Amino acid sequence: MKILKIIPALVLVAGLSFTGCSPKDADVKASIEKSLKNNPSTAAVMVMVNEGVATLSGEVANPAAQASLEASVKAINGVKSVTNNTTVTPPPAPVAPVEIATADVLTQSVKDAIKDFAGVSADVVDGVVTLTGELKKDQLPKLMMALNSLKPKKIENKLSIK
Amino acid sequence: MALQEKYRVITDAATAAGVTNLQVREQDGVLYIDGTAPNGAVKDQLWGVYGQVDPNFTSGDLILNINVSIDAAVTKVKVVTESSNLNIRKGPGTDQPIVGKASKDEIITLVSRSNDQWWLVRTADGEEGYSYAQYLEPVQ
Repeated sequence: MKILKIIPALVLVAGLSFTGCSPKDADVKASIEKSLKNNPSTAAVMVMVNEGVATLSGEVANPAAQASLEASVKAINGVKSVTNNTTVTPPPAPVAPVEIATADVLTQSVKDAIKDFAGVSADVVDGVVTLTGELKKDQLPKLMMALNSLKPKKIENKLSIK
Repeated sequence: MALQEKYRVITDAATAAGVTNLQVREQDGVLYIDGTAPNGAVKDQLWGVYGQVDPNFTSGDLILNINVSIDAAVTKVKVVTESSNLNIRKGPGTDQPIVGKASKDEIITLVSRSNDQWWLVRTADGEEGYSYAQYLEPVQ
């Protein structure tokens, strides 16, 4: 029975003496993590170290950072090799510019929209619709809803509201 | 960014009310909010919120373009003018000749919505032409 208790202890001692000659995986992992955190473009990278082999995963900001990351991790004491499983974060989809109606279309559509609002005039210059005249307050939302859907650049409301 | 904050109550309300294709973009000092509301009540609600931020819509820094999603299966629309007849025109525009009229509350056939502002309609008498969409309400 005694011998059975000793075996795990022997295994442990053997293990310690085996890794004793080079830095422990956990220490290597800690120093890699420290270097990753120092660089914003690699801060989201995760690392695992097994017998000196560092496996990197997660996302990096760009391909250049991905390449330099590998080199800098290799240079850390105790790293035998690097498996680079990181991916490059795709750039965000470009935001489409706001579509503004062409001058002719906007001029006509604004004319159509204000037709039934007696007392309201509109000027359209460079996509900017300027409203003048007067209107009852309860009719204002309806007029504004119509004008806002015509793809103007801007609406300058100078109406006097009754 | 400041504009997005100013009108955040609108975009938050839009998200909560299930507005789809919501886009919020800022360009040259104007905020553009586009989206499709599930129904007219949601559109009115968002305009109500806008009215709380800017009661007379005088700031000139927001274009709120919320359209209302309409089932493609809808083929009938009701004329919702204030009191007068609705003009039916030869083409999309008030410069186009009038080819017919539909009376208030009349239910007419919706032929096409290829133009956002002007819908192609047909009356029971067979008069076909374009009417201003603001005065037409889909009949489910």
